Amino acid sequence: MAQFTLSVDGKSRQVEADPQMPLLYALRGELALKGPKFGCGLAQCGACTVIVNGSATRSCVLPVSAAVGANIRTLDGLAANGKPHPVQQAFIEEEAAQCGYCTNGWIMTVVAMLERNPRLSDEQIRQQLAGLKCRCGSHMAILRAARRAADAMAAGAGGASKRRRA
Amino acid sequence: MKALGRREFLQRSGVLLVAGGGVSLLHLPQGFAQQASASTVAAAVRDLTPAQLDTWLTIDTVGAVTAYFGKMDMGQGVDTAIAQIVAEELDVAVDRVSVVMGDTHRTPNQGGASGSSACRQGAVALRNAAAEARRVLLERAAVALNAAPALLAVSDGRVSVSGEPSRSSTYGQLIAEGFRTPLQWNRQYGNGLTVRGTAQVKSPAAYKVVGTAVPRKDIAGKVLATTEYCVHVRLPDMLHARVIRPPVASAVPASIDESSIAGIGAQVLRDGDFLAVVAATEWQAIRAARELKVSWSDAAAPFPPQAALFEHIRKAPVAADNAVANFGARQPYDPAPALAAIAAAPLRIEAEYEVAFQSHARMAPSIGVADVGERSAVIYADTQKPHDTRNGIAKLLGLPPDQVRVIWKPGAGSYGRSDSDEAAFEAALISQQLGKPVRVQWMRHEGHGWDPKAPAAVLTCKAGVAADGGIAGWFFRARGFSGWDVYFNAGDPKDTLVGQLTDWPKGDQHNFGVPGESYEFPNSVKYWETIPALLNRASPLRTSHMRAPQELQLHFAHESFIDEVAAAAGVDPIALRLKYLKEPRERAVLEAVAKASQWKPRGARADRPAAATGGRAAVLRGRGVSLNSGFGGYVATVCEVEVDARSGRIWPRRFWVAHDCGIVLNPRSLRTTIEGNIVQGCSRALFEEVRFDERNVTSVDWVGYPILETPDAPEHIDIVTIDRRDQPAGGAGEPAHVTVPAAIANAIFDATGIRLRSMPMTAKRMREALQA
Repeated sequence: MAQFTLSVDGKSRQVEADPQMPLLYALRGELALKGPKFGCGLAQCGACTVIVNGSATRSCVLPVSAAVGANIRTLDGLAANGKPHPVQQAFIEEEAAQCGYCTNGWIMTVVAMLERNPRLSDEQIRQQLAGLKCRCGSHMAILRAARRAADAMAAGAGGASKRRRA
Repeated sequence: MKALGRREFLQRSGVLLVAGGGVSLLHLPQGFAQQASASTVAAAVRDLTPAQLDTWLTIDTVGAVTAYFGKMDMGQGVDTAIAQIVAEELDVAVDRVSVVMGDTHRTPNQGGASGSSACRQGAVALRNAAAEARRVLLERAAVALNAAPALLAVSDGRVSVSGEPSRSSTYGQLIAEGFRTPLQWNRQYGNGLTVRGTAQVKSPAAYKVVGTAVPRKDIAGKVLATTEYCVHVRLPDMLHARVIRPPVASAVPASIDESSIAGIGAQVLRDGDFLAVVAATEWQAIRAARELKVSWSDAAAPFPPQAALFEHIRKAPVAADNAVANFGARQPYDPAPALAAIAAAPLRIEAEYEVAFQSHARMAPSIGVADVGERSAVIYADTQKPHDTRNGIAKLLGLPPDQVRVIWKPGAGSYGRSDSDEAAFEAALISQQLGKPVRVQWMRHEGHGWDPKAPAAVLTCKAGVAADGGIAGWFFRARGFSGWDVYFNAGDPKDTLVGQLTDWPKGDQHNFGVPGESYEFPNSVKYWETIPALLNRASPLRTSHMRAPQELQLHFAHESFIDEVAAAAGVDPIALRLKYLKEPRERAVLEAVAKASQWKPRGARADRPAAATGGRAAVLRGRGVSLNSGFGGYVATVCEVEVDARSGRIWPRRFWVAHDCGIVLNPRSLRTTIEGNIVQGCSRALFEEVRFDERNVTSVDWVGYPILETPDAPEHIDIVTIDRRDQPAGGAGEPAHVTVPAAIANAIFDATGIRLRSMPMTAKRMREALQA
């Protein structure tokens, strides 16, 4: 067991853990966050996704010791001052969840994807979201939400959205 | 032995409880939620007599309405539909209504999430109760306001005298100590439970809230990470457990080397052949489960090689048979006249279809939290049927059912008898033995490897076509593993892994089904046969209901075969269906989907250019149609596929769905529900196959058991909803799902001239068929 200082959603958080324990268990266990979820523990489904230094990262396989010093963002901290992030807003407007267990992974992956480049075609969005699982089959609404969020963020970033339908 | 209390039984049977490294008290993290515990069970009891209005609805002094619903939402938004119905009948704003679901001490037993019944059955009781509540409150208002009832009007829970708005009162003021109003109850529990008062419900023509796109109540919490799922439940002093599974399915622990986990701080718990590790933290439990060295009994490999599965099904003895769709009493049948008529016909067509075992493969594997005391227990689970789970856990623990409280919490979507009950039973057993709250979460290899499976089957179809192109005889036989090998609820430990591993022998229950559409083929016989389970104790290939329960398997075959017969007879497949369908609502959805998809009637195969070019173009396109009715829903689906001639990739690019589930309660959540039906159907049709060898299931993660991902999702799903305001709400959770595999298979034939008769229709199977 060792003491680690993590930067989670802009706050410094202390956790005591085995260095090999995946970050997910610190976020969900000690820090009691509700966003990142256990789905597979194998980096195969995405339910545990957080954004680490700007990249969508599967927290179920990242040792907590490797997360020290990184900027970790979670779904729990995504809304700013009570205002949903544009991606969250799009998921709400499209009702892009059924059971919602996988929703964390989709939202965090879409946030990282669109912060990198919001000007994506429908086909690019489909391809870039491969690797995330949704058992309920909410993919159609999720793709609509990603499209809506991309358009909103492209507009917000200034300049017309180069929206291209595949 | 069952008559003994659980503790007494444990004392007599000498449970092995090995103390390992000391278990320390769990440090409670921030955000710790106040939860019910075993000591609070009795205090939490509401009077749950269905024959009392207060059981169903409460209104507080500020007019907030709570509806108690004995079913639960699996992610389709049924709680929002219930809120709409209650708000409609009560004349309150829908935001005033909150819906409590699936708590055995707060909600009546309406059978849980089952058979697309939330709206078609479960909502009826709430509607009648809300109408009666309004009647009672208006009666009280008439006295309080000294006005004739006919002069009273209600707006958002405020009752006023017409033309005199100052003479008014609110539901919050009128509710006093509750309703104390009896209801007529039909004396049933479960899906069939219904109640009514003396009030008339509103006419659908007057609806203002029902039928509108009220936003789903659950979405914001899921998106903003405020929803408390079952996985988030934590109790004071809660321990974490993981269960140890054998490498050979039928093996049991022979010896356990506790020194292998010395230093981790976990203890080993064994009861019968059930083996678990328990620790203060989750990570300790996971490490201990990985590192514990167990010698297993030298068990014979219980399964046939996977390549021999369908031959096994063909040759196995028949355990049970029947000729009814879904459930029902025995219906006699005789294949002889149908087979004779087919033999005498000038054109005879036969086909056999195969469907693999499929896994529920929930997004999260099983989760349960249990706090078992001496005389009572509280269980948190994301089960579909908390009341049944309560009864089953009460039996396991040797407690009276009314002293066991099961609280449903949202979980990963569950579409049938999945693994959702398993961890709750396991947590209950461990908690009883340790005297502390226990949380069990399965690992991914258990979610895929050890959940109940949709039964594999071989479906045999034969038809005779007369000289005039009409059907002369029709034969359909489904033969597979039982859909009830694991019964459709957890009302008995015999239907759980931990039960079977301790002292609850598995039952021997059989069910499959036949297609139930109204085709009036002459000389027709449709029946099912089930075969014995491959392993009769704690099997990773035990079989259960999975969405619709076995209709997906049945309709893949039956609706594909109709297409085969139409093609062979040179008749358009929609025209052939319409020639024999009796049910007007089945006919209507077929006609609607033909119109929406601009279906071009087709005759003999040579007329179809796609087939003529099969195998040459790089991408082959085709369309197929299929039909399903059941659970009060009627659905016809057209799929347009693209088949990559080189890779064999099948992309179900476009769907048209004509959907009639009676009156539409919420068009927006109906749309996403139908989309979910279709997309999950694509996943099962194209990708999903449980892998196994003679020893065990080998597809134990998402690599071994792929499901559909975004690149393969359809591009468009066009939905035509037939909103029948004169009809009661039907089911929407299953019927569209059932149409998908055959619509895809028939489109593949249209594109390539090839029949894929084995599901899943993978790219590999398509490629091999194209190259053959």
